[in-house]
Amino acid sequence: MLAFTKNGAFVGIDNFVKVFADYRFWPAVQHVALFVAIWLVSLTLLVVLLALLVHAIRVRWLSSVSRFLFYIPGALAGASSVMLWLFLLDPAVSPVAGILQLFGFETFVQTVSIDNLPVIFTLIAFWAGAGGWIIIMYGALNNIPVEVMEAARIDGAGPIGTAWHIQIPLMRKWISYMAVMSLAAGTQLFVEPRVLSQASKGVVPPDYSLNQLAYLFAFRQNDFNGSAAISLLLLVVAAGLSALFVFRGGLFERE
Amino acid sequence: MAGQHRRSTARILATATAALTVAALAGCAGGSGGVNSDYGFATADQEDGSTITVWVDAAREPVAKAFEEANPDVPISIETYDGNAGGSGSFQTKVALFDQSGEGWPDVVFSTQTNDASWAAKETNGVQAFAAPLNKGYFSDDFLAGFTDGANDPMTVDGSVYGLRNDLAPVVLWYNQKLLDEFGYEIPTTWEEYEAMGEKLAAEHPGYILGSIGDSFVGTYVYYWGAQAPIFALDGNTFSSDFDDPYSVAMTEMLDSMAANGSLVQDSVFSAPFVENYSDKIVAMPGPAWYAGALFQNPDSVNAEPGTFGAADPLYWEGEDEVTGNVGGGVWYASSHSKNLAAVETFLEFATSSEESAELNSGLPAYDEAASTWLDGQAASGFFAGDFKAAVQKASGSVWGGWGFPSFSPETAYAAVVVPALAEGKTIADVVPEWQEQILNEAQVQGYTVE
Repeated sequence: MLAFTKNGAFVGIDNFVKVFADYRFWPAVQHVALFVAIWLVSLTLLVVLLALLVHAIRVRWLSSVSRFLFYIPGALAGASSVMLWLFLLDPAVSPVAGILQLFGFETFVQTVSIDNLPVIFTLIAFWAGAGGWIIIMYGALNNIPVEVMEAARIDGAGPIGTAWHIQIPLMRKWISYMAVMSLAAGTQLFVEPRVLSQASKGVVPPDYSLNQLAYLFAFRQNDFNGSAAISLLLLVVAAGLSALFVFRGGLFERE
Repeated sequence: MAGQHRRSTARILATATAALTVAALAGCAGGSGGVNSDYGFATADQEDGSTITVWVDAAREPVAKAFEEANPDVPISIETYDGNAGGSGSFQTKVALFDQSGEGWPDVVFSTQTNDASWAAKETNGVQAFAAPLNKGYFSDDFLAGFTDGANDPMTVDGSVYGLRNDLAPVVLWYNQKLLDEFGYEIPTTWEEYEAMGEKLAAEHPGYILGSIGDSFVGTYVYYWGAQAPIFALDGNTFSSDFDDPYSVAMTEMLDSMAANGSLVQDSVFSAPFVENYSDKIVAMPGPAWYAGALFQNPDSVNAEPGTFGAADPLYWEGEDEVTGNVGGGVWYASSHSKNLAAVETFLEFATSSEESAELNSGLPAYDEAASTWLDGQAASGFFAGDFKAAVQKASGSVWGGWGFPSFSPETAYAAVVVPALAEGKTIADVVPEWQEQILNEAQVQGYTVE
């Protein structure tokens, strides 16, 4: 409702026109799109791979220990996990300074340059969120009947063949579920760039992501209508992409 | 069926609109409620003895604590926040949230920026301006007259003073007497001499420096403001940013050449690497008066030996006006929504004019009496070499008046465009068009007419 009004009066799409014309809007769209693309692809590939590996471990204690380790970072939520990353990303204090320097980053400003941000946010999000998904995928793998797996083995399928032809197709719904949930979270990117922006004293711009822009509209410009317009756009795009995943992934199909 | 559904949706929308309209009207009525003639603005119902909430940054926490100790009968709750540093806007965004909820405002806020009056003195979306006007009956004229001339100008809108300046922050030239003696250099007095010294230093003593351009407040307020560069000018509601002005061009060229020969570095003066690598390599460095407490006397920063550093007159262009820049200087605001204005007044008088505040101030207090206390204290301690008092006093009387105070900070554009470009190895001249565009874009979004 706010998105279509101004001072209580109906103004049609004026707020949207204003938001589109704002110099910060399209860069923010690009930033978020790039981040979501990199993140979804790497999340899907790595989570499925890691879940298959953990599931393939036959030693009982090793399997549960690795599941536990994957899950720990997820317990450290939001802003506090970004604070931890601030230390990792600053070559002056980072325990992995050697790795940063290997990539040619000598200072914090160089590390958080705008081109590196999608990868940095992917790392942060993966580190915090992947563990939970690995556990869920593990559960999905446990659901596959033993008979099916045995039949595959008798037919001569190795671990890779089983994974490709049996396990992944049977996990399809879970994978698309993960994609939908992660897409929703990814388009809402806010805490990570916000904290990095404050920590870098503005080198990471305060208007990096769409949600940050909505925040600036609302609280810096006192323009709640423009802010609502951005949020509504985000909703429409996220809903559209989610629908794609839902239908392609067969999330609501029944056998 | 569908038609009925649509009708009921329409009805819900209509009801919601009506409810919102009523709420908006009620909000307006509240905002324009009777002006209290004792104060000159519409005050909230006063509750004697209610706790006042004070927001300070880390550097101002000791003053607030000292007040708490000296006035045990005034209930106070001290909260620290980032102090709005670097133009982060946290002060404004938080107040906007309280404006929405209609409650919860802090009673006193300290901000490190000088431009907050541009929004805090205005009614927003029907809610009374956050900052209380202070010279319409609230504070005594005698007290207000005690501030250094012009100190409260940035917070004055149409004759109403909306904030009290904590400290003046004129830029002086800090120098290391021991290194100058060792190298046989003279203290530079003009930008030209400063640049020449950079060249000489780079050739004779590489590794020693004349300052840093990695901080957004240094790049803008120290160098461009001090150079009289009109890159951030406000005239009424018209904003302009002129990078083609001879002063702007000259400063850009000077910074680029000094960054190229290594006499200017890119580390933030507040960063660990700067303190580690350059604490004993600073030969001279233009910077605000508050570097005194924030860098040189700070055990966590440069922590200089007494007698090493001194402050000299600010740098200017040869043969031109002897003016200088200014880096913030914090401001105290009183909330117009406060329920205990008497306690707020006691606090603000303590924080700006008391002797304790002068002792705890990291920079030059804006209140005259406190300023003398501070300067005498600095002179008596013998920490700084040379005539510290004369240099700081000259600087505080010669701040260039052409720099604007719009509702956004020049620091954000510098941080977003110039700092990363320097880190990539580009020069400032390379990104001047981009930088100027960013400044003008920000001005436009904030509703200024851009020239």
